Amino acid sequence: MTDTLPADPAGSAYFLDFETGEERRATFAVIVDNEPGVLHRVVGLFSARGYNIESLTVAETDHAVHTSRITIVTRGREGVLAQIKAQLGKIVQVRQVFEVGGDPRWVERELALVKVRGTGEHRVEALRIAEIFRARVIDTGTDSFVFELTGAPDKINKFETLMRPLGLVEVSRTGVLSIARGAERV
Amino acid sequence: MTAHQTISPAPVTAAEKLTGAEIVVRALVDQGVDTLFGYPGGAVLPIYDALFHEPRLKHVLVRHEQGAGHAAEGYARSTGRPGVVLVTSGPGATNAVTPIVDALMDSIPLVVITGQVPTHLIGSDAFQECDTVGITRSATKHNVLVKDVRDLARAIHEAFHIATSGRPGPVLIDIPKDVQFASCPYTPPGEVRFAHAYAPRRLGDPARVREAVELIASARRPILYVGGGVINAGPTASEALRAFAGATGAPVTATLMGLGAYPASGPQWLGMLGMHGAYEANHAMHDCDVMVCVGARFDDRVTGKLDAFSPGSKKIHIDIDPSSIGKIVHCDVAIVGDAGEVLAQMLDAWAGRQPADLSPWWAQIDGWRARNGFAYAPSDTVIKPQYAVERLYALTRGAEAGGREVYISTEVGQHQMWAAQFFHFHQPNRWMTSGGLGTMGYGLPAAVGIQVAHPDALVIDIAGEASVQMTMQEISTAVQYELPIKVFILNNEWMGMVRQWQQLLHGERYSHSYASALPDFVKLAEAYGAVGLRAETPAELDAKIMQMIDTPRPVIFDCRVAKDENCLPMIPSGKAHNDMILADMAAELGSLIEDDGKRLV
Ligand SMILES: Cc1ncc(C[n+]2csc(CCOP(=O)(O)OP(=O)(O)O)c2C)c(N)n1
Ligand SMILES: [Mg+2]
Repeated sequence: MTDTLPADPAGSAYFLDFETGEERRATFAVIVDNEPGVLHRVVGLFSARGYNIESLTVAETDHAVHTSRITIVTRGREGVLAQIKAQLGKIVQVRQVFEVGGDPRWVERELALVKVRGTGEHRVEALRIAEIFRARVIDTGTDSFVFELTGAPDKINKFETLMRPLGLVEVSRTGVLSIARGAERV
Repeated sequence: MTAHQTISPAPVTAAEKLTGAEIVVRALVDQGVDTLFGYPGGAVLPIYDALFHEPRLKHVLVRHEQGAGHAAEGYARSTGRPGVVLVTSGPGATNAVTPIVDALMDSIPLVVITGQVPTHLIGSDAFQECDTVGITRSATKHNVLVKDVRDLARAIHEAFHIATSGRPGPVLIDIPKDVQFASCPYTPPGEVRFAHAYAPRRLGDPARVREAVELIASARRPILYVGGGVINAGPTASEALRAFAGATGAPVTATLMGLGAYPASGPQWLGMLGMHGAYEANHAMHDCDVMVCVGARFDDRVTGKLDAFSPGSKKIHIDIDPSSIGKIVHCDVAIVGDAGEVLAQMLDAWAGRQPADLSPWWAQIDGWRARNGFAYAPSDTVIKPQYAVERLYALTRGAEAGGREVYISTEVGQHQMWAAQFFHFHQPNRWMTSGGLGTMGYGLPAAVGIQVAHPDALVIDIAGEASVQMTMQEISTAVQYELPIKVFILNNEWMGMVRQWQQLLHGERYSHSYASALPDFVKLAEAYGAVGLRAETPAELDAKIMQMIDTPRPVIFDCRVAKDENCLPMIPSGKAHNDMILADMAAELGSLIEDDGKRLV
């Protein structure tokens, strides 16, 4: 990709190289046949074509029909995101690809474990914020907490930001999971 | 991911058990395979043993596994049937990687069977173990390690289905040695249940087809830009293309991979487009108002400078691969489907319409034609490479007229482009070249594969002296199987294409592009048991070419050509279609390419 913009992107043709649109975050839910090497193919596709992966989750979700669900959070311009979707769809073991991020018909959740060290005022404040975020304390020492928190990625980012001045030590996140609202299965 | 799952094959009535090796052979026969290209080794010996007892399969023993892959590509592309490769584990598999990627890039259906160390040794760095499926994952359309003999028949049948349907490509099956020895009942193709829900779409969306036809009908400067997808879609696709071109009156150009889809003798033929394509084809692409891209992918060798690519046109893109559409260039009407099916649908939708009056457009095209973009300076003393290909084309017409089909393969370099410019193709599947990957060493083994498939045809590899040395040993295969291929070397002593770029883009610093030690190709041919011929002057060329054509044995022809000829016309990197350099501007070449272009490949 080059950064140069065309003097005049004439006619109906616009080009990905010169695409002016903003980058955005996107979440793809990918239903795959659960067999060895599928994850490698998916991840290899991203690295070979220079797409980035912000988070990735994967597990078998339907044992009876041998399918797994891979949820990938990525970032790119419209053209790149369309390519990602099409390229994923080409993999023989991929059954379905959904773009779910930003779609109100889908919900996204993530789980985070957050370690905060501190005493006195900071410790009290951390606990107070945790309550507001409905985070659970799953481990505690005299000068530390480990919180467990679920929510949309934004909520977890916010929590991290607030904990940073209060002694944030370490964060472990699962990556994003997603599912469609309503009674239907995809 | 959980462990490998086993999908049991459908029960067979006869409880006849076959070993894995026998299943491989039986499945190949049931898939209609008649030939495989291979090389034995420890991890495939059980399969070789089973082959020993199977007269319906012809095995062609190559001299290097890369040769097996390219031969299978030549076989596949000249017949429309999948090419089959059988190689051993470790180095056998790694040697086959280049042709596998080549087949992926050019959408050639291949089924590659590799042996693997026994399952209990996998992961232990055993002798001749390598992670074949890991190495080839990004090199194949699909690959699979079969750990259970009960999965084997399905895996093979499914491999043929995947390799040949949708956008064709290479599929690899890695079979551990113990799986080749284990036995279970065999499942024939009709009874197998595939493990994957892979079902590419063949028919185009009718609404989009109508939209496309309306757009074409309204065009005043239309162009059909066709690629290898039309060849891959089979001879009926080429027929549909010819009919649709005839109905619309639109000019036709093709990519390197699409040559032969529309006959070079056809009235609407503009020639190949792209970096070394026809002046009129590139100008027509630039100035058209409606572009119909069928089975092509807007490769950088075709588009030139992207932001100046055909700026005023509406674009219709027909491709079986949805990811090809909108990848490089935005299109206005996208139709996912098989090139042949969609062209037939378009022809139906065109119905009884009369072609629009395109005479002003044709007048403009005739103006570009008059510029004579392929002109070169002739010589009485040295053989110009363009002249050599022109004579080769002319002198093979007799064979063609006498009912002997002519097939051409090439290596990679200037000679490849001259072959594309000066040899003309009138039918699909007659032209085999490494387009996407640009693999030097492709042409000779490809010729072997073509000749195996078409024993009576005249098969010529138009070669460069550098490329041909990469897989020269396959001439030995040709000798062994009495395959009378002709290796026609345009010997300019240079890696000509590299030399040309160094001249134009790197200040005439010819860094390591000259081979000061070349073999005597005539003696080399003789050493291999083939026939060696040499032509050094234009005066003797015709007679020598005729001698080559009439020799019923493999021939290496050392055609000594002008050493410093440049391949023109040329769209310099970073320039637009209407910025072509022609031979008569060659003096200013260096100054015509700007710094930006020099950074591109
Ligand atoms: C395997 C491989 N290595 C390197 C290249 C880069 N390359 C492209 S053309 C060329 C020179 C080819 O020389 P020759 O076969 O003599 O053909 P000519 O251009 O002289 O006709 C080279 C080195 C390539 N295409 N393939
Ligand atoms: Mg050369």
